[in-house]
Amino acid sequence: MSGGFNLLRFAAMLLKETRQILRDPSTLMIALVLPVILIFLFGYGVNLDTARTRIGLSVQDQSEAAASLAGAFQSSRFFEVAEVADADALGQSLVAGRIRGFVVIPQDFGRMALRGGGTIQVVADGSSPNTAAFVANYAEGVRQSWLAARAGGRGAAKAPPISINPRFWFNPELASRFFLVPGAIAIVMTMIGSLLTALVIAREWERGTMEAIMATPLRRFELMATKVVPYFVLGLGSMTVCTLLAVMVFGVPFRGSPLALLAIASAFLVPALGQGLLISSATKNQFVASQIALLTAFLPSLMLSGFLFEISSMPRWVQAITYVVPSRYLIPSLQTVFLAGDDWGMFARDIAIMLGFGALFFALAIRAMRWRIA
Amino acid sequence: MNSRLIAMIVKELWAVLRDSRGRIILLVPPIIQLLLFSAAATLEVKNVTIGVYNRDDGAASREFISQLAGSPNFKRLVRIETPEQLHSAIDEQQAIAVVVIDQGFSRDIAAHRPVTIQAILDGRKSNAAQIVMAYLSQIAANTGAVLRPLAGRSKGLTPGQIAATNWFNPNLDYLWFILPSLIVQIGAISAMGVTAQSVARERELGSFDQLMVSPLRTWEVLVGKMMPPLLLGLFNVTAYMIIIPLVYGIHMQGSILLFYAATLIYLFAVIGLGMAISVISTTQQQAFLGMFVFTVPMILLSGFASPVENMPGWLQLIAEADPLKHFLIISEGLFLKGMTAADVFANTWPIAVIGVVTMAVAVWQFRARVK
Repeated sequence: MSGGFNLLRFAAMLLKETRQILRDPSTLMIALVLPVILIFLFGYGVNLDTARTRIGLSVQDQSEAAASLAGAFQSSRFFEVAEVADADALGQSLVAGRIRGFVVIPQDFGRMALRGGGTIQVVADGSSPNTAAFVANYAEGVRQSWLAARAGGRGAAKAPPISINPRFWFNPELASRFFLVPGAIAIVMTMIGSLLTALVIAREWERGTMEAIMATPLRRFELMATKVVPYFVLGLGSMTVCTLLAVMVFGVPFRGSPLALLAIASAFLVPALGQGLLISSATKNQFVASQIALLTAFLPSLMLSGFLFEISSMPRWVQAITYVVPSRYLIPSLQTVFLAGDDWGMFARDIAIMLGFGALFFALAIRAMRWRIA
Repeated sequence: MNSRLIAMIVKELWAVLRDSRGRIILLVPPIIQLLLFSAAATLEVKNVTIGVYNRDDGAASREFISQLAGSPNFKRLVRIETPEQLHSAIDEQQAIAVVVIDQGFSRDIAAHRPVTIQAILDGRKSNAAQIVMAYLSQIAANTGAVLRPLAGRSKGLTPGQIAATNWFNPNLDYLWFILPSLIVQIGAISAMGVTAQSVARERELGSFDQLMVSPLRTWEVLVGKMMPPLLLGLFNVTAYMIIIPLVYGIHMQGSILLFYAATLIYLFAVIGLGMAISVISTTQQQAFLGMFVFTVPMILLSGFASPVENMPGWLQLIAEADPLKHFLIISEGLFLKGMTAADVFANTWPIAVIGVVTMAVAVWQFRARVK
């Protein structure tokens, strides 16, 4: 590899690879259309902020207290009372998934409430654990405000002795799209970096054009560089599309500097491309390459990078695996550059680790790419 | 079944399973994914570090801190001495939250005045931060009950206690939700992955024309191509049906027969989509990308990442065309809820419609390519 680098040869090959990519509309689609789809889905669709939950309501009591409590549930901004029926019918709706939970105000509720008792039954669909937890919490909230309203005439309800006043820095409204967008960027760059690249060299082997390339004076290093440079540019391009959309359409703040974002994204593309190249050189078969890329690059980026699931909460053996997932080092820096601002101490550490992985993957890829026909 | 078709199916199975790498890559990863991702996908927050900025030196604040330290969700408490330390602890993500206890906290508690503790949380991780906030509120309530045991009962019993129960998953164990949903996603990804490559590969390598001059009819070619992914999908589902009860102790509440019937229709729909993508693509790379353009949004719209009813109306409409959305309801329903045949059917026929449409597109495009 050392010596013999020929700029003209390199430029010619680079031009050929770039043209080949641009000629294929599907590549541009993945680079431009997919980021748009993802950002829109994360902006509109994946809404972890809780909206109104559909519940059922069964009122078995005729008293005024029961009626006013039922009214409190009906008018709650957390619930949409989708069905009013008896408890058995609501149970069936819960099994069918038409409602997420139901509230039963039992027969002698009014009489018991006058004596300071009475039980409100809340049944939630545990097959969606998050929503179920919300149902119970919001029901408690409805009860509290109902109590406060009833106590209105008789002096306000007593405040709890200790309360917590939360302040969420960087994202005071807790909009989930603010933290999903960096994740979308990570997914898109993984896709372009690892998945597309994984197929390129495998394709040359499969089609038999590798031998033609080997007959040229092109060097191994040059070949690899010409394969990855266009995808590097493509990756940065779609990162830019994601960022512009997120900031301009969805109002995601961008508190860091463009330079920092560029540095972080570029550093991540090095291991992503290296991994794609390694898979491609090692498998020499597009189908196997695509499946391995899916398994070792895409799914870990989605599941093990800390973007959807908190790494510190995972079992220890899974945490150990996350250390070799390059996007694990991308997500915190991306979240910081968008929501907090530049923190070069953090960026430098993450960038160094990502470049380290990149160097390792490229070294392995060069080894794996046998420069002779087997 | 005619012999031509059988020959085609054997040929296609052979093409997929011929080399050992192909066999391993198809059969082993789905099982690894199940084990790994079910462990990774947790929405609990554990082992986090909390900063404590205590400007009070009374007994009440010590009680609160010892309650914090006793929480199983918090791994470590770090002492914060200055506002600057507070900033850097959050900024550099050394702590997900810092609680600030003001001077006079213990004095106010002793004087029976309501007190407030400030909590600064890292909004970059907005989900985890919200969950940590819920833990903190719980701890504050517990501490309040310890320090002023009579406060809650000073006015006698409050009317209308809530008795919350969770059906189908009493402890709200996240695993119970994630395992049936992984069947849906991994099933789709692996079956579609194989299908999407099938015709595209022949076209890229030029063997598509040979296939066309063979006496095989169009439907025979398509059925032959769809057999390996169908068998693979059934193999994966069966493996999961064995692993999930054995390893995780979650037993199917509904009918296994219904589950297999719905699975077949589901596989028909996703394979139809994979086939349509494959027929339209001219290279394997295009087919692979095409598959992604569909699978990623389909997973996001399925209700796995966030409930479908939280989405805007127009997106809920699009989600109706997502086979994963319907099959997720069936998979959760049969595994955890013991869903009835009528409810399963109500969610299966949309998948069948999707399947017929995707298959029709595949056949139409295939015929267009032959001419």
